[in-house]
Amino acid sequence: MLIIEDLKVELGDRVILRHIDLEIKPGETHIMFGPNGSGKTSLLMTIMGYPQYKVVDGKMSFKGQDITYMPINERAKLGIGMSYQRPPTIHGLKTRQMVNICAGGVVDVGGLAQRVNFMDFLDRDVNEGFSGGEIKRSELLQLMAQNPDLMLFDEPESGVDMENIHLVGKTIAKLLEKDFNSDVETKSKMQKKMERTKMGLIITHTGYILDYVAADKGQVLFDGRLSCVSNPREILSCISKTGYEECVKCMA
Amino acid sequence: MHGIEELREKAQGAVDKKAAIGTDINLQEFDPAPVPHAYMADEELCELPQEEQKRLIMAGLDVTQKDRGGTFFQKDTSVIHCHSQQEGIEVLPIQEALKKDWIREYYWKLVPVDTDKYTAVAELGLHDGYVIRALPGTKSIYPVQACLYLDKEGLQQNIHNIIIAEEGSELHIITGCSTSPHMKRGIHVGISEFFVKKNAKLSFTMIHNWAEDMYVRPRSVARVEEGGLFLNNYICMKPVKSLQMYPTTHLVGDDAVARFYSIIVGSPGCEYDLGGRIFLKSPGNKAEIVARAISNGGKIIARGHLIGEVPEIKAHLECRGLLLNGGLIHAIPELEGHVDGVEMSHEAAVGKIAQEEIAYLMSRGLSEEEATSTIVRGFLNVDIPGLPPQLKAEIDRAIEESDKDVM
Repeated sequence: MLIIEDLKVELGDRVILRHIDLEIKPGETHIMFGPNGSGKTSLLMTIMGYPQYKVVDGKMSFKGQDITYMPINERAKLGIGMSYQRPPTIHGLKTRQMVNICAGGVVDVGGLAQRVNFMDFLDRDVNEGFSGGEIKRSELLQLMAQNPDLMLFDEPESGVDMENIHLVGKTIAKLLEKDFNSDVETKSKMQKKMERTKMGLIITHTGYILDYVAADKGQVLFDGRLSCVSNPREILSCISKTGYEECVKCMA
Repeated sequence: MHGIEELREKAQGAVDKKAAIGTDINLQEFDPAPVPHAYMADEELCELPQEEQKRLIMAGLDVTQKDRGGTFFQKDTSVIHCHSQQEGIEVLPIQEALKKDWIREYYWKLVPVDTDKYTAVAELGLHDGYVIRALPGTKSIYPVQACLYLDKEGLQQNIHNIIIAEEGSELHIITGCSTSPHMKRGIHVGISEFFVKKNAKLSFTMIHNWAEDMYVRPRSVARVEEGGLFLNNYICMKPVKSLQMYPTTHLVGDDAVARFYSIIVGSPGCEYDLGGRIFLKSPGNKAEIVARAISNGGKIIARGHLIGEVPEIKAHLECRGLLLNGGLIHAIPELEGHVDGVEMSHEAAVGKIAQEEIAYLMSRGLSEEEATSTIVRGFLNVDIPGLPPQLKAEIDRAIEESDKDVM
C-alpha cells in the first residue's frame, strides 16, 4: 500500500505540490487527470524519489516503510517502478542491457521484447532517436523486466499510434494484473481480483487507457492539489464537457 | 646510397628542433644505449612471469598466439620474437628489412625525417621496429599482434614501423605498448608509416598501457589509395606522464576512406595532446574522427583536423569529453573546406554525467555508483564498424579493466 499524507513539495524555490493525500491499496489502479503544468509528473517523480523534488512537509510510506527521504534505488528495490514520458538517452548502453539491469540479472530479453513488438530495438542505445511510441514500448519492456509492485505511468498512451495503442493498453493491463482475458481461464474474475496485488498510478490526458485498464479510482490534480476522487469515467466525461476548471468546481 | 646519407644529414639538422606542439622533452635525460635481450621461442614466451603476461595481455599481446596471424615483440631495443603464421603476411624487424632495397620506397617516405627532434633521433639512433606487409590479395584471417615493451628504467626507445597493405589485401593489426611492472620512467619515440594501396583494407588498433612517468612521442602518417580503407583505433586508459601525437592521413585515391576512433582516460598528473588529421584529396573520400575522452583529473587536449581539398568528399568529426573528477578537457575541432561541394561537420561536447541519467538508472534498481559506472562504460562504448570480433573483444577488455581505475 502507498500512503501519502499532507505532502508539500518544492522544486527549486517554488511550491509545486501541496496538501497531497493519496492512498493506493494493493490491487488498486488510480488514474490521474489534470491540465498541463498542474504537477502530475512532479507527483510521480516525488513518489519515485527524484531528489530535486524536495519534500518540505508531510510523508510517504510504501509497504509500511517510510520512503519520504529514501534514495531512488532503494524505492526501486522496495517495488516502485516508473514508465517515463521523456526518459534520457544513455549513449552506449543497449536496450538489451538495460532490460537486464531492470531484471537485476539475465532475463529472456527477446521473449519479453516480442510481447511489446520491440525486438528490432534491442541493440540500439536506450532511447536514442526513439519516437514517442517507441519510448513507451521501451519503458513498458523495462517495467516488465523490473516487475515492480507499484507502477507509475506518465502518459503511457501519448504519442502512440493507433496500431500500437492496443498493445500498450493490454500490456499495462497485464502488468497491473487487470487483464481478465488471458489465454488460460482457470480462475474466476472475482478470484483474480482478490489475488491482485499490483498497484498503479496512471497519468492520462485522453483517457484511452480506460478502454484497457479498469481503473478503481480517478483523481484530478489541479494547481498542485488533488482536487477530487471519483469514478474515472465520470471525471473524464466531466472534463471533456466542461474543462478542468469547471470540473474541479463541480466536484469540490 | 645517396638517399641514406641525405636522410642522416636532414636528421642531424633537426636534432634540436622542438615539436610543433606539446611539452618539449630533454632527450639528454634518457639513455638510448642498446639493451640486449635474447630471442625467445614460442614456448619461452608462454613461460614469461604471470605478471608480465598480464601486462602484455592488457596491451593486446597474447603470448599463446592463439587467434593471431603473427607476432612481433620487441623488448627495450631488441626484437625478442618475430614471426608470421599466415602465408602472404610478412612480419619482420625493420633493421632486417633495411638491408633490402624495396624498403627504401617506404622508409621515411611519409613522415619527414626532419619533422622534429623525435623523428631525428629515430633516424640517427634507430633501435628497431616492425615491418608488416600483406601481399596483394591476401586477407588476414587473424590479426597480427605487435608489442613494444619497455623494461629498462630511464630508457629512450627509438622505433620505426612500416605497415603495408598491398593492392586488394586486408590486414588487421593490434599493437600494444607497455612497460614492465617495475618500470617508472622512460621515453618511447615511435615512427609509423602506413601504406594502404588500391582497394586494400587496413585496421590498426593500438592499445597503450604506460607507466606513470613515461613520455611518449609517436609520429605517424598514412597514405590511402583508391578504394582503400584505413581504420585507426587508439585506446589509452592507463596513466602516462606526457603523450603527444597528431597522426596524419592522406586520402589520395578516389573513394578512399579513413576512420579514426580514440578512447582516452586522463588520470591526475597525465598530459595528453592528441588528435587526428585527415586530408581528403580525391572525390568520394570519406573521413571520420571520433574521440571519447574522460578526465579523472588529468589534462587532455583532443584535436581533430579535417581538410577537404576537392568536391564530393564527406567528413565528420566528433569529440565527446566527460569530466569526472576535475581535470581539463580541451577539444579543438578544425574543419577546412577548400572548394565548393565539400560536406564537412563536427560536434564537440564536454561536460559531466547528467544527474538525470543517473537517476533513471537508479530507478531501475542500480546504486548511484553502479549507475555512474554504467554510464561511463556506455560513454566509452564506441561502435567501430569493420573491426574483427577479436579486436572488438580486446577493446572491450581494455575498457572493462580500466573501469575500476576510472571510478
